[in-house]
Amino acid sequence: MLLTVLAGLIVAIFFVPFGKTFKSGLSIVLTALPIGIFSYYLTHLPSISLGKEIFQSTSWVPSLGINLDFRLDGLSLLFALLISGIGIAVYFYARTYLKGHAYFDRFFAYLSLFMAAMLGMVLADNILLLFIFWELTSISSFFLIGFNNTSPDSRKSALTALSVTGLGGFFLLAGLILLGDVAGTYNISALIHARGLIVNHGQYPLILTLLFIGAFTKSAQFPFHFWLPGAMKAPTPVSAYLHSATMVKAGIYLLARFNPILGGTNAWSYTLMIVGGFTMLYAAIHALLRTDLKSILAYSTISALGILTFLIGLGTADAIIAASVFILVHALYKASLFLITGIIDHAAHTRDISLLSGLRKVLLPVAIAGFLAACSSAGLPFTFGFIGKDLIYEATLHANSSWKLGLTTLAVLTNICLVAAGFMAGIKPFTGSLPIHYQTIRLPYISMWLPPLTLAVLGVLFGLMPDTVGNLFAEKAVLAMLGTETKLNLKIWHGFNTVLLLSLLTIVTGAVLYRFNKPIKGKTLWLLKFKNFSPEFIFKKITVTVFKFSEWYTQKFHNGYLRSYHLQIILFAEALLAYKLWLSGPIDINFYGLAMLSVYEVAIAILLIGALIIILTTRTRLTAVVSMSVIGYCICLMFVFYSAPDLAMTQFTIDTLTTVLFVLVLYKLPPFLNLGTKKERYRDMAIALGFGLILCMVALQVHHEPIETATSDFYGDYAYTEAKGKNVVNVILVDFRGMDTLFETVALSIAAIGVYNLLRLRLKPTEKE
Amino acid sequence: MRSSILQTATRYLLPILLLFSIFLLLRGHYYPGGGFVGGLVASIAFVLHSFANGTDATMKLLGRKPLSLIPIGLAIATLSVLMPVIFGLPPMTGLWLKGNFPIVGSIGTALTFDLGVYLVVIGVVLTILFTISLTDD
Repeated sequence: MLLTVLAGLIVAIFFVPFGKTFKSGLSIVLTALPIGIFSYYLTHLPSISLGKEIFQSTSWVPSLGINLDFRLDGLSLLFALLISGIGIAVYFYARTYLKGHAYFDRFFAYLSLFMAAMLGMVLADNILLLFIFWELTSISSFFLIGFNNTSPDSRKSALTALSVTGLGGFFLLAGLILLGDVAGTYNISALIHARGLIVNHGQYPLILTLLFIGAFTKSAQFPFHFWLPGAMKAPTPVSAYLHSATMVKAGIYLLARFNPILGGTNAWSYTLMIVGGFTMLYAAIHALLRTDLKSILAYSTISALGILTFLIGLGTADAIIAASVFILVHALYKASLFLITGIIDHAAHTRDISLLSGLRKVLLPVAIAGFLAACSSAGLPFTFGFIGKDLIYEATLHANSSWKLGLTTLAVLTNICLVAAGFMAGIKPFTGSLPIHYQTIRLPYISMWLPPLTLAVLGVLFGLMPDTVGNLFAEKAVLAMLGTETKLNLKIWHGFNTVLLLSLLTIVTGAVLYRFNKPIKGKTLWLLKFKNFSPEFIFKKITVTVFKFSEWYTQKFHNGYLRSYHLQIILFAEALLAYKLWLSGPIDINFYGLAMLSVYEVAIAILLIGALIIILTTRTRLTAVVSMSVIGYCICLMFVFYSAPDLAMTQFTIDTLTTVLFVLVLYKLPPFLNLGTKKERYRDMAIALGFGLILCMVALQVHHEPIETATSDFYGDYAYTEAKGKNVVNVILVDFRGMDTLFETVALSIAAIGVYNLLRLRLKPTEKE
Repeated sequence: MRSSILQTATRYLLPILLLFSIFLLLRGHYYPGGGFVGGLVASIAFVLHSFANGTDATMKLLGRKPLSLIPIGLAIATLSVLMPVIFGLPPMTGLWLKGNFPIVGSIGTALTFDLGVYLVVIGVVLTILFTISLTDD
């Protein structure tokens, strides 16, 4: 299992040195990747469908509790087969679709990366591992969506998709960590056993909220749905892959996976039902108002995701069965429809269904695929979609809530719209008369029309033998989602009942709606009027505000004036120290018990104060610098008196070098000017005095605290025995805390390189502002 | 502002200070001293030389850019950190040669690590100071 996940990553890496070689006919080799993975999981199908589970664990970061734990159960297998199976279709299709494209090699590298990330996500048995792959899908899909990197539109949608899903990722991470913290384990299998503990925990609502934001952003639920239609800027194979079986299903997978852990509560059910229910109808209506093929498919995808969210929220055995079957149904017909759209776009150079018609005459196999996919999407009898739709109605009708009538109406309305949308995408371009300028269109290579046709035919074949398919693919997925064993009884014919009636009603109304819903550009324009209320618009507004804020913030705090930085640092330190002092209780200033002043100390204090007065009153810089070093040497002497020779030595050399540095810079500075106003000087004085006062209080306070010597004792005791050194300070530096020292030297080096480069930078006159 | 007194004094001070810096470096593990202070003292020696004879003369004396000392020092320090890994021990474990050596005491990774720090400090200080003093305008 680990190998199948890694294979994609390895292949992606291979593209870096050998990418160019794959641009030729050799690219057929690439299809071995999804085929191999698909076959691997197919061989596991029989044993998994009998109830076996496969677990594999490889040690990775044991100290953090993150191991490469992979578990293959019914749900993982269903998704793994979809990911690799649709992957095969997409690989073959894209080879022809992108033939001769400059970034051909890059595309397959991204695609392989993405496939590996998806596989890893659905197989992970550790929620942190799941999160890592989750983020990897966000990142790799960013590259796929923004594949046409010369188009600003495409880049923008990629960025929107990344920021929305990435934002959701943050929330998800917080939710997962909280969940793991509450349950005391990060393993999904162990979490299921801890369900009672989690659900009754005080943090449960918070966990749920965070997790939901993650899932809703990824699976494009209202109000985060807007990134999905934007993501249609990607090349069609990408849309087909991302939006049928993979990327957007990740959120659904998450909900399905967590259903036995977090589900079953009112908060879980109602949130999912409301969000999913609203999304499915909202998007289904939207789909009808579009004329662009990809937009129609995008909105119908959002609607389908809404249905899945809704079903998981419903949570009954019926609903979960419906969800697991519908995942398969939707993946098959949606991938097929997307691929067909790509062919049409390639051939006719437009995706506007108000312009397309009669293409069956030139693209017959494609038309058949479109017809079959549209039928499955509409849920016509003898297609797999019919079974899916039946199960959905079954679920809503048998919901144990008091508003099952309302739920059923909602489902029927959504499906009516989806029937019409499916017909618009799969049938409309092929019917009617063929315009003259399309008569020269030739059927593309078989590698382009065979994948969608295969998927569409599968959609019908599965519908003819629903029982086998249900037992093989769905039953154990239901087990994983529900936590209890459930028998599926999928039949083609259920007899005359309410469900059949509703199905027929849906199809007939949908067909009528399709007949009378003329695709007109005007409707899309009409929609634009509501632009200002759309979540997309609000999101953009927020982005702009964030930009403005960060600009203001940078201007305020990062303005390039050293004096302003000093001011901020010292003020902040004051605030922090004062707060801590205030927290530590009554301040007890007590001079009793302090040692007597010695002659040396008095002498140094006089020197210090004298030097200070000179700094404050002098009019030349050199005097100020020299006085500063006097202060430094005074402190050095203090260290000597208090027997800290190492510190004294270091302070002494540092002070010397600082003075030298100052003198070197001095020549290059403009004459000494006092630019501060009187008011500013008083302000600075207050801050400086405050700092001194607070430090003084801290010093006095420390004197009264009991001295904790455990740490210094440890170093003192072990310096010689463990590190063979008698100078404890040095032993700490080079041994006990050696890593710190190493990285400090690295930091110093970076500073030196920075100084070197900044001063040696010779800009050409044109580069200067 | 060349001063012949300073020039003459530097001729003797430079080797003495350098020796002193090495002395500090070597004794660091047992008595006050260590790579950091040693490096600073060595840098002061070179800075003194540059004050007396000009930065160009010091650069000539060094024979190479002080910047090149930084990677050498970092490499030595990193190697001493990673050395134990070769012997199957966790990084940063102290390794020591058997037996005692005159003056130095025992030799181990702690000393080589300090040597790395010593070189980095010289490199950093001299790079910063010399770059500033050699920048005109």
